[in-house]
Amino acid sequence: MLPAITADKLTKRFGDFTAVNQITFEVKKGEIFGFLGANGAGKTTAIRMLNGLSRPTAGKAQVAGFDVYRQTEKIKRRIGYMSQKFSLYEDLTVRENIQFYGGIYGLPLAEIRRQMKQLVAGLGMEPYARNLVKSLPLGWRQKLAFSISIMHNPEIVFLDEPTGGVDPITRRQFWEMIYKAANEGMTVFVTTHYMDEAEYCNRVSIMADGRIAALDTPHALKEQFHATSMNDVFLNLTRPGRQAS
Amino acid sequence: MKQLLIFIRKETYHIFRDKRTLLILLGMPMVQVLLFGFAITNEITNARIAILDQSKGEMSRNIIQRFTASGYFEIDENLQSLSDIERHFRQGKTKLVAVFPPQLEENMKRNVPAKIQLVADATDPNTATTLINYASAIIGRYLQEQSHGQAVPLAINTEVKMLYNPRLKSVYMFVPGVITIILMLMSAMMTSIAITREKELGTMEVLLVSPLRPSTIIIGKVIPYIVLALAMAAIVLLLGAFVFNMPIRGSLVLLIAECVLFVITSLSLGILISTRTETQQVAMLISLMALMLPTILLSGFIFPIESMPKVLQILSNIIPAKWFIIIIKNVMLRGTGFSFIWKETLILLGMAMFFIAASIRNFKIRLA
Repeated sequence: MLPAITADKLTKRFGDFTAVNQITFEVKKGEIFGFLGANGAGKTTAIRMLNGLSRPTAGKAQVAGFDVYRQTEKIKRRIGYMSQKFSLYEDLTVRENIQFYGGIYGLPLAEIRRQMKQLVAGLGMEPYARNLVKSLPLGWRQKLAFSISIMHNPEIVFLDEPTGGVDPITRRQFWEMIYKAANEGMTVFVTTHYMDEAEYCNRVSIMADGRIAALDTPHALKEQFHATSMNDVFLNLTRPGRQAS
Repeated sequence: MKQLLIFIRKETYHIFRDKRTLLILLGMPMVQVLLFGFAITNEITNARIAILDQSKGEMSRNIIQRFTASGYFEIDENLQSLSDIERHFRQGKTKLVAVFPPQLEENMKRNVPAKIQLVADATDPNTATTLINYASAIIGRYLQEQSHGQAVPLAINTEVKMLYNPRLKSVYMFVPGVITIILMLMSAMMTSIAITREKELGTMEVLLVSPLRPSTIIIGKVIPYIVLALAMAAIVLLLGAFVFNMPIRGSLVLLIAECVLFVITSLSLGILISTRTETQQVAMLISLMALMLPTILLSGFIFPIESMPKVLQILSNIIPAKWFIIIIKNVMLRGTGFSFIWKETLILLGMAMFFIAASIRNFKIRLA
């Protein structure tokens, strides 16, 4: 089976600064792939190269079987994206946001209507469907944003710190939604700061100074670094002053 | 096409849900026109003047009466001696003093040149000149009537005819100016803010990752603002027509078409600004600083371009507003057709194309 994402020595430089330095990895279809790293380690830049927002300086990468240099239009139809910043329109209602995002992905009207019902019911938001998104609590908005980002049934969904600032219960529910999507065959590429979330991933890569410092299953990583939790693994790899191996 | 409609609908929600901004957008043109039309005017009415009448004859009485009847002047005080004049000006009570010499009537009868002295406070030169002109005109007309068509001592009389704006109403100048500035500022500022807002909120990234084409995003952003800008232009035109009796002598269709062209030029400038800026505040500042000042100062709206230094005259050519003001004045006041303004229209069209091309280029670079 063809991998969902392959990156081969993918590099991004801004002037003298190398944000992403020759990262190489593969993400299998249907996998939940955790992308960890301290602030400024190059996670967001890496995601932006994969989803077509940013042109790589060097290296090769394929997303859903398409080249990130020449076939970004084809990639865009096959991926979903939830950005680090909040990605819904706050002055639109829940329904209007769903209609808008469904519309720009070219879903037929009947399909949007069907999804709307299902999605709103799934989140238990029926009473709030006509409320402005601004009036919803942050956790609900994030869950809504995730549901909308996978509304067009993409092959791969990129989640850039989706649970920032969200309470533990909502985070838990959020991950249940991610598992559900992965069970249906969707590949999930997720960046996070929370080490407990890293444990939920099938495999994690840890970035430090623009390089991938480690890449394996959470279990294997813990064994490799003789750590009891992902937190210790992470600190071991990214502690300031430590040279990336 | 369907995606474009969906985008326009979304953008319309943004505009109508932001009630405060909408109110400012539609209210500002009204306030500006009324302010410019009523308050900021070169006409002077009921200026206080003082009279020093030494002749005390029928002629001086008649002239004084005409002063008051004109509506321009209000007699503040009758002075008694020449030394009063200086004191009176220092007290700041009047702007103008008319002095009728003792021998006025005799001189007139004997066909000896008669002199009436007008003394003005020139601390405000514009007002002083205007008042002197009004007063001279009133005196001149009186003398002409007195001579009953007989040869007047001064052999040459000039007859002035003010074309297109016979009463020299300043509203005729301000309405085209205000339309221009409002269309320019609103179009450029609103689009640049609308686009940078999405960048700031992070929704722009999501749009760029979606299959939407950049051109769809831009066109979808711009169309609602074209409609809004034209609504504002309509408000200004209606106010001009019904409150200030400003004529529209040329074709209304031509006027609207030219407005649309100017709006598109300004919008594309706004898009260009937004491709270069990251935050709403910067976009607004640039729109205000880089567009408002040159538009007001160099477009010929307030200061005539002909009297500027050569450098500024050349510079004024790159201000889109300059060309639009020429067009709109021609159509509204002179009633000229397209054959007289095709050159200016072509220049605006060229500018619009240039801005659009530049912003599409910039937008793509951001994507890469």
